[in-house]
Amino acid sequence: MARSWREWEKPLSDLEEGIRRLRELRDRVAPDKASALDSQIEEFERKRDEYIRIKYGRLGAWERTLVARAETRPYTLDYIRYLVDDWVELHGDRRFADDKAIVGGLGRIGDRSCVIVGHQKGRDLKSRQYRNFGMAKPEGYRKAIRLFQMADRFNLPVVTFVDTPAADPGVESESRGISQAIAEGMFAMFGLGVPSVSVIIGEGGSGGAIGIAIANRVLMLENSIYSVIPPEGCAAILWRDPTASDRAAAALRLTAKDALELGLIDEIIPEGLGGAHRDPQETASNVKLAVARHLKALDSLSKEEIRAQRLQKFRNMGVVAEPAPTRDP
Amino acid sequence: MRPRADVFLRCAKCRKPIYVKEFERNLRVCPRCGHHHRLPADERIAVTFDEGSFQELDANLASANPLAFPEYAEKLERGFAATGRHDPIVRGVATLGGMRVSAAVSDFAFMGGSMGSVAGEKITRTLELALDERIPAVVFTATGGARMQEGLLSLMQMAKTVGACRRLSDAGVPFVCVFTDPTMAGVLASYASLADIIVAEPGALVGFAGPRVSAQAQVARVPENFQTSEFNLEHGMIDMIVPRSEMRGTLVRVLGHLTQRGGTEVGAVMA
Repeated sequence: MARSWREWEKPLSDLEEGIRRLRELRDRVAPDKASALDSQIEEFERKRDEYIRIKYGRLGAWERTLVARAETRPYTLDYIRYLVDDWVELHGDRRFADDKAIVGGLGRIGDRSCVIVGHQKGRDLKSRQYRNFGMAKPEGYRKAIRLFQMADRFNLPVVTFVDTPAADPGVESESRGISQAIAEGMFAMFGLGVPSVSVIIGEGGSGGAIGIAIANRVLMLENSIYSVIPPEGCAAILWRDPTASDRAAAALRLTAKDALELGLIDEIIPEGLGGAHRDPQETASNVKLAVARHLKALDSLSKEEIRAQRLQKFRNMGVVAEPAPTRDP
Repeated sequence: MRPRADVFLRCAKCRKPIYVKEFERNLRVCPRCGHHHRLPADERIAVTFDEGSFQELDANLASANPLAFPEYAEKLERGFAATGRHDPIVRGVATLGGMRVSAAVSDFAFMGGSMGSVAGEKITRTLELALDERIPAVVFTATGGARMQEGLLSLMQMAKTVGACRRLSDAGVPFVCVFTDPTMAGVLASYASLADIIVAEPGALVGFAGPRVSAQAQVARVPENFQTSEFNLEHGMIDMIVPRSEMRGTLVRVLGHLTQRGGTEVGAVMA
């Protein structure tokens, strides 16, 4: 079992490194030898595409978890760059601080100005620390709530991008009420009279994710995950063995397909072969089309209908064994 | 001489021997150190609501094990063996100081009080009954959080219960929540934190992440009272800490004010 995305994608990245070197070599050799290299490069590229097709064609739950966490995967600000026009980032919760793990602001998706909020991770060591690994503190959720309420005042739809391993679990966060902030985030989203769409773009990590994911439509990217607990944590509790994460990932049913089958999300957005990180532009374009389509479909509803639809949608979630009706003797 | 187990037991905190009869009379609070031991749901109901007034609802609602999760069926059976019920949440209607309330109580002995589809449904129905009848909702929490064995369905119970809180709050129907040991994670981060009034028992564990996770995540030292009722009161997250012996009287007073009916009965704890 591969432990990380890098380990899992290594054969592929080795192949790509080989192709890159061959290309470099080709630019340096005499023209008569270049054509031989060309055919070799083509051969390697064909192999790479074939490899991607096979590898990504049958991803298990654990492999998807690794892909969902890949550090080359597009993050919220990448999607905003690709699919949002006239983006204006807004900062701060007006109470304590500006959380860097949740970004928010105003932007246009298609022809609609929206309030957009999402978790933000970093890529290198420095930016990861700056973004606190995408783990928001109470002030992150309170910034989101402030922006949601502003959206409601100005009749702007709300779009959220969800991508977090979890909410921040530290002493600071407990001191400022991380649980209360997450609960208030959901509470605020239920109150909105404007249409809302949430997209799980990477990791939908438990309470940290759902705190900004109460929407009229909840969509998941093909290789994103949504889970009540990380597979590693589940494996540690169940089998006292964090290396059984692949079994735990399968048991938790955390893929987009699982969530759709369980009736907990509305749609899966395709990523194209090899995942969002191989073709961020196409993935972003798919996200934009899906979000715009759902916002348009919600347009005809009144404020009351918008709220009622959202409440009813989540009210219906859960599977219980209803008791048999009591029989008369 | 060893104390006899049927006559004496030891306080889980101070380890001093307690006379069993005194322990029970004292509502399972250690007479020496004041440690509040966990209460089974039936005892909680007996010491809180008007005598004999509690009528249970949805007692047969049971988990359908929707993910066919490994070892879950056995854990449900063990929970049933320990409590005689199908879920940690026991819900119903009762009177409290003569006032009709929609009530739910969690029993930690059933799978650590975890919230899956059944608990989420029962809490939601508790809040919906309060809304329909416009009577206060009173919930006692005792839980490790969301139930892992129902995966994303459990996470969605956070959303479902919060939706019910939203409707109750918008309608102006009071919701009072009492945190007992422990009140954690997915339950604390959903309906429990949205009550109009939050009361906690002394010394209860109340927090988002497991204490070990929080400690690992932090370079700084963890405060001594971290994730206790007292820590949460100090940081403004709860309204008050009330010892078990005064809980019933406090709830009657609070609800009397919120409903502007006045407490018809104050103070008396139990027969």
